[in-house]
Amino acid sequence: MTTSTTFDAPAVAPRRSAARARWLAVLRTPVGAGAGLLLALVLVLALVAPLLWSGQADRIDTSAVLQGASAEHWVGTDALGRDVFARVLVATRLSIGLALAATSIAVVLGLLLGCAPLLLGRRGGRLVTAGVNIAVAFPGLLLALFFAVVFGVGMTGAVLAIGFAGAPAFARLSQTLAAGIAERDFVAAARIAGVGRFRVLLRHVLPNIGEPLVVNATIGAGGALLAFAGLSFLGLGVQAPSYDWGRLLQDGLSGIYIHPVAALAPGVAIVVAGLAFNLFGEAVAKGIGLTTALGGGFAPGRASRREATRRDARRGAATEDQGLPVTDPGPEPGRPVLEVQDLSVTFPGAHGPVRPVRGVSFRIGRGEAVGVVGESGSGKSLTALAIARLVEQPGEVTAGRLHFQGADLLTGPDRAHRRLLGTSFAMVFQDPMTSFNPTRRIGRQLAEVAQEHQGMSRGAALARAVDRLRSVRVPAAERRAHQYPHEFSGGMRQRAMIGMGLMGEPSLIVADEPTTALDVTVQRQVLDLLAAVRAEDDVALLLISHDVAVVGQVCERVLVMYAGRVVEDLPADQLRTGARHPYTRALVAAVPDMDVDLDQPLPVIPGRPVDPAHQPPGCAYAPRCPLASARCTDEDPALDDDGAGWRVACWHAGEVAADRDVPGAAPVALALGERA
Amino acid sequence: MSELRFEGVSVRYGTRRRGMTAVDRVDLTVPDGAVVGLVGESGSGKSTLARAAVGLTPLSAGRILLDGEPLRRTSGPRPVQMVFQDPYSSLDPRMTIGDSVAEAVPRGIRSADRRREVARLLELVELDPSRAGAYPGQLSGGQRQRVALARALAARPQVVVADEITSALDVSIQGTVLNLVRRLQHELGTSMLFISHDLAVVRYVASEIAVMYLGRIVEHGPAAQVLGDPQHPYTRDLLAAVPGWSPAAPDTAVPPEVAAAEPADPHAPPPGCRYHPRCPVGPLARPEREVCRTTEPTTDHRHAAACHFAAAEQPLARAAD
Ligand SMILES: Nc1ncnc2c1ncn2[C@@H]1O[C@H](COP(=O)(O)OP(=O)(O)OP(=O)(O)O)[C@@H](O)[C@H]1O
Ligand code: SF4
Ligand code: SF4
Ligand SMILES: [Mg+2]
Repeated sequence: MTTSTTFDAPAVAPRRSAARARWLAVLRTPVGAGAGLLLALVLVLALVAPLLWSGQADRIDTSAVLQGASAEHWVGTDALGRDVFARVLVATRLSIGLALAATSIAVVLGLLLGCAPLLLGRRGGRLVTAGVNIAVAFPGLLLALFFAVVFGVGMTGAVLAIGFAGAPAFARLSQTLAAGIAERDFVAAARIAGVGRFRVLLRHVLPNIGEPLVVNATIGAGGALLAFAGLSFLGLGVQAPSYDWGRLLQDGLSGIYIHPVAALAPGVAIVVAGLAFNLFGEAVAKGIGLTTALGGGFAPGRASRREATRRDARRGAATEDQGLPVTDPGPEPGRPVLEVQDLSVTFPGAHGPVRPVRGVSFRIGRGEAVGVVGESGSGKSLTALAIARLVEQPGEVTAGRLHFQGADLLTGPDRAHRRLLGTSFAMVFQDPMTSFNPTRRIGRQLAEVAQEHQGMSRGAALARAVDRLRSVRVPAAERRAHQYPHEFSGGMRQRAMIGMGLMGEPSLIVADEPTTALDVTVQRQVLDLLAAVRAEDDVALLLISHDVAVVGQVCERVLVMYAGRVVEDLPADQLRTGARHPYTRALVAAVPDMDVDLDQPLPVIPGRPVDPAHQPPGCAYAPRCPLASARCTDEDPALDDDGAGWRVACWHAGEVAADRDVPGAAPVALALGERA
Repeated sequence: MSELRFEGVSVRYGTRRRGMTAVDRVDLTVPDGAVVGLVGESGSGKSTLARAAVGLTPLSAGRILLDGEPLRRTSGPRPVQMVFQDPYSSLDPRMTIGDSVAEAVPRGIRSADRRREVARLLELVELDPSRAGAYPGQLSGGQRQRVALARALAARPQVVVADEITSALDVSIQGTVLNLVRRLQHELGTSMLFISHDLAVVRYVASEIAVMYLGRIVEHGPAAQVLGDPQHPYTRDLLAAVPGWSPAAPDTAVPPEVAAAEPADPHAPPPGCRYHPRCPVGPLARPEREVCRTTEPTTDHRHAAACHFAAAEQPLARAAD
């Protein structure tokens, strides 16, 4: 194993500190801090108590047998006149030590069993898995008693018994965790690179399952502590003259009628120490889960419809305190379905609030198709979620104006809004897997929408669900309606999702990357489907996509977003050749189409998108813009209307860079040097 | 570099009773130094073929030859390397990128040389070698995909299989990775099987194109021919569906049965020509073409296309130029 090269670059430091920061963050929560403190106290006690109080705990005083609590003996004395309080303190070391030893045995055994399937190959692995499954089915206490009898009465026997009894649960856990890692692509890549099974386990699997295992071992230690106390109490564990809490509990119980505190004290100790392990483990698990959920960027789910919009409805406030220009929502179509002005979304960040959507304004007319394009992270999805009021805590949505079908979504009762959105507004999401409940049949999930919002009967709703599934070209719709989401292919799930959006009678469909996962032929069908729905019922469409060609083909108007702002709002037919904003031009040029010159490198946009936490003061595109001037880095350009409804936010809109004649094509030489 | 040849390769998933054939009797050659683009719809078996080529999925029939020799399982890096679609899951988040690349460098190389080799590879994919100590989490998607490429090249592969390597990337980054793939291919002469569902992307990097439908290769030939003069109706449909800049004109010639046809179920592929339930020039449109329902077409046309009526359906205008 010495052939592996290790790089010790400074980059390791920020990562380590990130992990540390995560654990520290856990300690900052009230539960985490309390449990951590308690656990530290218990561990310190385990170390020092025998040194400090052994003499007191073992001093036999026949003149003070079975005394009650007094100033001298806080919780009284036992049958030999020994101080019970001192004994409880001293017993901490043995109790904790044995619990930890048993937990270690359980974890090590569990890990071996759990990782065995990876090493043994298919058939052997199945055998081990089946064995573990059977063992897990037995109650842990029963197993512990069984093993206690097998290994014999006494301390060693009890440690082995509890360790063995705990092993199946850890085996199952590590099996699940390891299997999850083993099917990741990096393990496949390591195999192809010639890394042996054993090394794959050591280098790739174990490090990635370490954290959850440690957390669960902490929780498990609490359980082992209780189990051990139980065995000792039954006389199967620690034998006299040694003593742990279970043993003390048994001793105390024999005199419970004379003075109950002597029995209570070890009991309290067991509960407190057990709780310390458990709570700390839970707090860490929760803390880690929380940060991983937040770590992947802003990923607001759709589960809870919140009231952020209304709560923070301070008209225009968002833009005023940011110093952003108040933007005009653009041309006023006949009867706008949706009117958005100065919409912003803010999340708390490590270094002050982060604003991934900054003052977005636009209108959508009845039956109009508007596209939104931009790179990932430009705020496209968040804008859609904010309109649908699906931005979750701790995200906050502010807006100057948010009207849907003439109703002000910023004021008025939340229930009415939900009802309005439920029937007239359809949202189709990017990732259909997370939008469906994995435990319920697709048909029922679609039917539910109609039952809840349109008051349809169960049967009628299901029939409509099948009809909608058919309309989105799900093969064998009737049979498919009875299947679960995981039985659908990715593309089919996406289509079912669109079908769900069409269950009501929407006046606006917001589709967030609805065809990203689909093939061109199916994509074409889905886009045709959306177009047909639009034409039939005069439904407006807000189509979010990173594919400018798709948007250009389907929509009438296109909003181009960059760094949380709309930087251009132009007619779709002008997208390819008439765009005025340098970013729009670069974006269009970067997408290879069927006519791209094969002898030239593809034009690329140099540099990286802006990190929402570090917005530059001037135009956000300036670091990547070939037209950037001093003014651009100082002042953020406003989204100005040209009078005909074409809006651009750029100081040099429509200009062409002097040193090249291809409009929009980013400098190729420069682009190749850049490492995006 | 070398020639990779699939001969009658089939891959089955599941049991004999309740299984499905994801790849069915595929013959395909990736010539020495060429880039073969493999296109086809989702579930047509592209990734399965790729995984079979690198030995991640066992074959149920046929064989895969590298320079005429059957691929064998040896210890050490395999001669066919793969770059995966999702750079976020193909790199171990707990391993530095330098270690990830070093892992694929053939064994028996001293530590110092290994380190130099890693630096060389990172430079090759236009990454700063001083970032070898970085973790994948600190890199952008495009940078991660470069690392994945470097790792594949570290194994000194004879053939590289690239499975949808740009589809998880942002448009602004996709171009840099494609440029890199082209540059590396020109410089190193790597034979490549380049899988993508995006025809424009395949057109840009591939010298030959193979089209897959329901586990079968239905058309295969030089890129310019396949795209400029498609023989198989499925290829033509694919090309027509590519979003272009002109508003899509609805295809009036397509009979409604075909337009409404449901995508095929790979668990129950149709008999005869697999494309017949969706084919605009097949039996649904032309009842006299019953042969499509019963007999599977073979590939014996100017460039290989598995369609009974490939020649007959050739647009005359196209044939002229
Ligand atoms: N491990 C597996 N077990 C069972 N069936 C599988 C497995 N992997 C793939 N399949 C099935 O095999 C068929 C071919 O899948 P494959 O992933 O090769 O398609 P693909 O062409 O790569 O599609 P995509 O473009 O979506 O990546 C599909 O029907 C799929 O459901
Ligand atoms: S304002 Fe300046 S930096 Fe921003 S896009 Fe326009 S020219 Fe470029
Ligand atoms: S063989 Fe028949 S059904 Fe198949 S593609 Fe050719 S014409 Fe269409
Ligand atoms: Mg695939």
